[in-house]
Amino acid sequence: MQRYSALKLAGLALRGNHGWQPAWRDAEPKSTYDVLVIGGGGHGLATAYYLARKHGVRNVAVLERGAIGLGNSGRNTQVVRSNYFYPASCAFYDHSLKLYEGLSSELNFNVMLSQRGVLNLAHSEHDLEMQRRWCNAIRMSAVDSEMLSPAEIQKLVPPLSFRGRHPILGGFIQRRAGICRHDAVVWGYARAASALGVDIIQNCEVLGFQIEGDRLHGVRTNRGTISANRAVMSVAGYSSQLAGLAGLPLQITTMALQAMVTEPIKPVLDTMVISSLVHAYVSQSDRGEIVIGGGADAYNSYAQRGGLPLQRSVIGAVVELFPSFSRLRLMRQWAGRVDITPDTSPIMGLTPIEGLFINCGWGTGGFKAIPAGGDTMADTVATGKPHPLIAGFDMKRFQTGALIDEGAAAGVAH
Amino acid sequence: MLRIPCPYCGVRDESEFTFGGPAHVTRPLPESDDATWTSYLFARRNPAGVHLERWSHAFGCGVWFNIARDTCTHDILKVYATGEPTPPEFGNRG
Repeated sequence: MQRYSALKLAGLALRGNHGWQPAWRDAEPKSTYDVLVIGGGGHGLATAYYLARKHGVRNVAVLERGAIGLGNSGRNTQVVRSNYFYPASCAFYDHSLKLYEGLSSELNFNVMLSQRGVLNLAHSEHDLEMQRRWCNAIRMSAVDSEMLSPAEIQKLVPPLSFRGRHPILGGFIQRRAGICRHDAVVWGYARAASALGVDIIQNCEVLGFQIEGDRLHGVRTNRGTISANRAVMSVAGYSSQLAGLAGLPLQITTMALQAMVTEPIKPVLDTMVISSLVHAYVSQSDRGEIVIGGGADAYNSYAQRGGLPLQRSVIGAVVELFPSFSRLRLMRQWAGRVDITPDTSPIMGLTPIEGLFINCGWGTGGFKAIPAGGDTMADTVATGKPHPLIAGFDMKRFQTGALIDEGAAAGVAH
Repeated sequence: MLRIPCPYCGVRDESEFTFGGPAHVTRPLPESDDATWTSYLFARRNPAGVHLERWSHAFGCGVWFNIARDTCTHDILKVYATGEPTPPEFGNRG
C-alpha cells in the first residue's frame, strides 16, 4: 500500500501526479475463503478490515453486488454521534465515535471527521423536560452531553430563527458529535483491508447459501460457487431478501429515507442542528452545501427515491428554523433504503445457522456505527461468541421481549 | 407522490392517506406458543416486489381498504376491500 502523507503528496505533485497507484485491489473470486463478508458497504468493509488486522484472519472476501459504497454508505447525511438513551446503545455508539476519532490515522486516510457538535432543539416545556432526562441518561452512560439555554443556542447558531411557529426553549448538545466524510470512510476501510490481503470482489451477487443440516458451507454467486464455513450478511436495504435465501425471517420493514442538498454557499452553519418536533436536521458540508434530512416515507419502499409530500414538509420545517435558507436552490435529492426494526435498534450477531452471522436493521443511523459494527462483528466471527457490546442486539430479543427501544433517540421519525 | 385510487372517492394524492402496514396478518389464538407470537408481532415479509398493504383515506371518506403495490416501482396493481381474501394473482403474499 502506498502511504499517504504531505511529503508524498508534494513529491508526486512535482512529478505531475503520475506515480499514484489504485487505492485498493479489485479482486477476482477464489474458490475458498475462511470468511465471506456479503455486502461492500461501510459495515462490510470494516468487518473485513478488523478481521484481518485484529484477528489475523486474512483469507477474507468482501462480496459486493454492485460497486462498493454505492448503497446507504454513500447516501447518508454523514452524522456521527453517540447520544442515545439506553446504556447498551450509548456504550456501543460511543465505542464507534471513539474509533472514528482515531480513524484517519489508523487507516492513513483522511476521513475528514469534524466534531462540530450535534444540537437537538426543544420547542416546548415538555420537550425540555424530556431532553433533560435524555441528557442525564447520556451522562450516566459516561457520554458527553449538556443542556443549552436559548441565549447559548443563539450565540452558537446565529442563523437560527427564534420567531418561527415553534419557539425554541433550549436544547442539548453533544460536542464530540459531528460529521465525517462518508465516501472517505468506505474508501479508507477498503484500502486498508485490501492492503492486509482482503479480496474486494465487485459485481458479485449472492444467489443462495449452501447449508447442510444447520451448518453453512458456502454461497452460490453469479460468479460461481464460493466455499466458506463462515459468512457475515451485511447488506442494509436488502437484508430481508438475503436472509430469506437462508430461510431466516427478519423483523425488518424497508422504507425510503430521503436527504437533499442545496447549492453551495459560504460557511454559515458550523453545528449540526436537529429538531425532532418538526422532523428536520440540517448541517453544512465542507463543500458549502446545506445538507437536509428528515423523516422516512411512511410506507414500504425499495425504490431509492423519496416522496414529494415528505420532502415538502421537511423543507418547510427547515425554512421555518432558518428563514435565510429560503432563497437557496436545491441541487440534489435522493433516498436510501433503510431497514427499520420494531425497536429501531440493529440486529447483530449469530443466527440459528452455524457459521452464518448477521449485521442489519440499522434503520436511519447505520453510518455512525460503521467502525464499531465492523469491530464487534469481526470479533463475533473470530470467536464464535457475540461481542459484549452487541450481546443485547441479538435477534432473540424479539422473543424474550428485551427490546432496546431507541425510537426517540433515532432522531428521525418513522 | 403516490396517486392512490380510493374505492369511494377516486384517485387522490398520497398526502390524504394513512399507511396501515401489511394486510392479511391474522392474530394468533391466546394459547399459541412464543414463536408464533414473536412472528405475529415482529416478523415482516418485507418483499422487494408486490406488497399487500392496508391504507386509510384518513383525510377523505375515512375508509380502510387494501392495495397491492410494487415496493420497487410504487405501481399500484390492485385495490380491494378489507376482509376480502388474498387476490389469487398475488398468491400467498400476505
